[in-house]
Amino acid sequence: MCHEDNTLTGTRNGRTFSVYVNEKKLSSSVHADVDCISCHVDLEGMDAHDENVERAKCDLCHDEIQEKYDLSLHGKAFAKGDRLAPVCQNCHGSHDIIPVSNSKSRVAAINIPALCGQCHKEGSPVQLQRDIPQTHILENYSESIHGEGLLKKGLIVTATCASCHTAHDILPHTDPKSSIARKNIANTCAKCHAEIELVHRKVIKGALWEKEANVLPACVDCHQPHEARKVFYDQGMADRDCLACHEKNDIVSSSDNHSLFVDYSGIKASRHSNISCSQCHTGVSPSHIRPCDSITEKVDCSSCHAAVGDEYELSMHGKLAAANDPNAPDCSECHSTHEVLGRNDPESQIFPINIPALCANCHREGETAAVRYKGTEVDIVKNYTESIHGKGLMKSGLTVTATCTDCHTAHRELPHTDSLSSVNPVNISSTCGTCHHGIQEQFEKSIHSPNITKTNKELPTCDVCHSAHKIIRTDSEGFKLKIMDQCGRCHESIASTYFDTYHGKVSQLGYTKTAKCYDCHGAHDIMPIEDPASHLNRKNIVQTCQKCHSNANRQFAGYFTHATHHDPDKYPWLFWTFWGMTGLLIFTFVFAGIHTLLWLPRSLQWRRELKRRKENNTEQNDNEVQL
Amino acid sequence: MKTGDGENIKTDSYSENVSTERKPRPEPQVQRFTRLNRVLHILMIVSFLSLALTGMSLKFSYTGWAVFLSKLFGGFESAGYIHRFAGVIMFFVFTAHIVDLVRIKKKEKKSFKKLIFGPDSMMFNKKDLKDFTSSLKWFIGLGERPEYGRWTYWEKFDYFAVFWGIFVIGLTGLTLWFPEFFTLFFPGWVINVATIIHSDEALLATGFIFTVHFFNTHLRPEKFPMDIVIFSGRVSLEEFKLDRPQEYKELVEKGELEKYLVEPYPPIVIRTIKFFGWVALAIGFSIVVWIIYAMIFAYR
Repeated sequence: MCHEDNTLTGTRNGRTFSVYVNEKKLSSSVHADVDCISCHVDLEGMDAHDENVERAKCDLCHDEIQEKYDLSLHGKAFAKGDRLAPVCQNCHGSHDIIPVSNSKSRVAAINIPALCGQCHKEGSPVQLQRDIPQTHILENYSESIHGEGLLKKGLIVTATCASCHTAHDILPHTDPKSSIARKNIANTCAKCHAEIELVHRKVIKGALWEKEANVLPACVDCHQPHEARKVFYDQGMADRDCLACHEKNDIVSSSDNHSLFVDYSGIKASRHSNISCSQCHTGVSPSHIRPCDSITEKVDCSSCHAAVGDEYELSMHGKLAAANDPNAPDCSECHSTHEVLGRNDPESQIFPINIPALCANCHREGETAAVRYKGTEVDIVKNYTESIHGKGLMKSGLTVTATCTDCHTAHRELPHTDSLSSVNPVNISSTCGTCHHGIQEQFEKSIHSPNITKTNKELPTCDVCHSAHKIIRTDSEGFKLKIMDQCGRCHESIASTYFDTYHGKVSQLGYTKTAKCYDCHGAHDIMPIEDPASHLNRKNIVQTCQKCHSNANRQFAGYFTHATHHDPDKYPWLFWTFWGMTGLLIFTFVFAGIHTLLWLPRSLQWRRELKRRKENNTEQNDNEVQL
Repeated sequence: MKTGDGENIKTDSYSENVSTERKPRPEPQVQRFTRLNRVLHILMIVSFLSLALTGMSLKFSYTGWAVFLSKLFGGFESAGYIHRFAGVIMFFVFTAHIVDLVRIKKKEKKSFKKLIFGPDSMMFNKKDLKDFTSSLKWFIGLGERPEYGRWTYWEKFDYFAVFWGIFVIGLTGLTLWFPEFFTLFFPGWVINVATIIHSDEALLATGFIFTVHFFNTHLRPEKFPMDIVIFSGRVSLEEFKLDRPQEYKELVEKGELEKYLVEPYPPIVIRTIKFFGWVALAIGFSIVVWIIYAMIFAYR
């Protein structure tokens, strides 16, 4: 036989490979009784053949499996000519196929992770060049409960790659027919965990269920497909073991003497009541006398709260923490350590009503953050408390009112100068708009919105008129009067001429009944006059006047609400009337003034004269009486 | 256009009825103003001061004074009501005076021409021109004090200033009161023009009354600190002789002086009048001081 020569080679598709057949192996294989040509069908009837021989056919016998393979990810890739696509022989071998029950079989359960791992291990061409959404599949699997069961405990009934992905009809999870498609996954897992639904019902109905009620949780939502699950499962490290030491009142750290006492009842009352010590305090070694002596890392909340952790890292707090600033708050500063309570718990520091006090710990005047801050806002906490939001929260107990975190966000607070900040001028209208949505819609269509007006000048944002922390009711007298100065800061000349009119003069006296800027122009929906939606558009202006002057007519609307008598070009009538009247005044006062001034000395003289004459008269009269 | 008519005064006079036997007769006084004229002038003062205070508080709204005054009147709205009410009183005073003139004309069966151009009329005449020029001469030391008659030229000027003022301020005031109505006939900017005229004419009126009129009538040395004749209606014969020599002479010549001689008011009445006078003067001067302050230090 030619093929007993182990130096014999053949070529296919330009590749040269050995065509040596180990007869010993062949005879011990499942195909020992099968003729060569039963598989190598193209050689049938040939005595000798050239070097170009086709791949052995399996489908003549295994036609069902071949069909499945053809439809699978691997089969389709092969059909497309993908060189990395595995064929039957890659997994099963060629002449040396031994029974699956033999633990030496390449496809025996114990060997499957290694088999699949040939292609799917980190750094392999498949993993690098093909679109595989998961990473570290093999490592994660081997650390997972399944992997551990198989590889460490020799549990051959535990799940291997093929248990979940199937052996031959491997499909991407996006394919609805896939065993790992979202809707099939429960069935797949239930092949082994048959009664899992029964024992899980409580959990599924519980907290996780509430998180996204619209989404039916699939197994993988909680149990990551391949990943190491140390955070999910304590490895034989029971809380009792920790408490043996940490329940003692007098336990202190050997390095700095701080108390290491743990109030276990506090944990049990917290959101983490179902989380065991070692899930947060990772790195314990249960086999040690002091299992915690192997802990090197601080508690990392982001291992579960990954998204929040990412946000925190972006934030000013996170950046300061990264720079090892002693003032930077970490998770526990706000959420506390063991007694973590949800934000819906009135006892919690992060319950809306308690948030201002929490932030005030650092941001109150004189405290660390307030000292560091160099911006224009002062007395933030005090001003907030007196603001409409503060009053709503603290006095009316309105937990839906805006607290610090509603505007600044809870985990990604940034200075307003940062373009990512929720209080950056660009973002502020949408920040306020989360509650005041109707206003945001109006504002974004108005001339003050950067969407409408393209200018280099600074456009007003919510806080420019309403202030940041001193926000007061817009129907309060103080606000109504102050807002005019606010408009006047940019619209200087138009505001000053307004104060020359009746409306303005009354406002200046401190009364709010006459028309103010926003009564005519609108507050958030200020449009250019040409816009048909503008309150001052030709079509709407009479109606606008009629808000106060019920009998207003079109000519009435021609009243100059921003009149000045100092502009002869724009308002000639007013200019000349004013100067005509002023001329009359000057003339009259000069004339009468001169007359009076001239009269004064004469009048004094005349007073003396009158006195003299009076005395004379009296003397005369006296004389007459005497006579 | 004639006031202080003899017939009219006579009815007001009670000189003949007073018993001369019981007490020594006090020094007689000359009646110069009818009761109606005195009442009208008091009404005029009250309404004018109210108008000035409420109006100026709006005109000079940028001063602390204005804010204070406005609050004193109970806010801009009630100040506005007071302003309009006082304006109505002013109209009433004006109308009452015109009605009075027509009544006198009927009673004395005079023609309008005689009423207007007669001897004691408020209308300017040749004597006023003469008095004016000789007054100027007297001021600069080129002649004697003119012999002023029933009405001096500056009194006539004041009288017509009020006529003019009521016409101008009243008309513009109505425009501002009823802008919706007036804009049915006039364009909107007429309201702006009316505002300027109303306010500047008011500045003229208050400025003139509280300085020139106050000086001419009350503060000039021979009358200082005030002349209460417009309230009491009577003046001592002594003073009358010296102040209005021409009128005195005429009355003596016609032998009518006796008709106008009345007894003086008791001291309590005089004190009351003086108190009222002081209040009016004080308000007037305050307004002047305030206007000057506003114009110089706070003008905008």
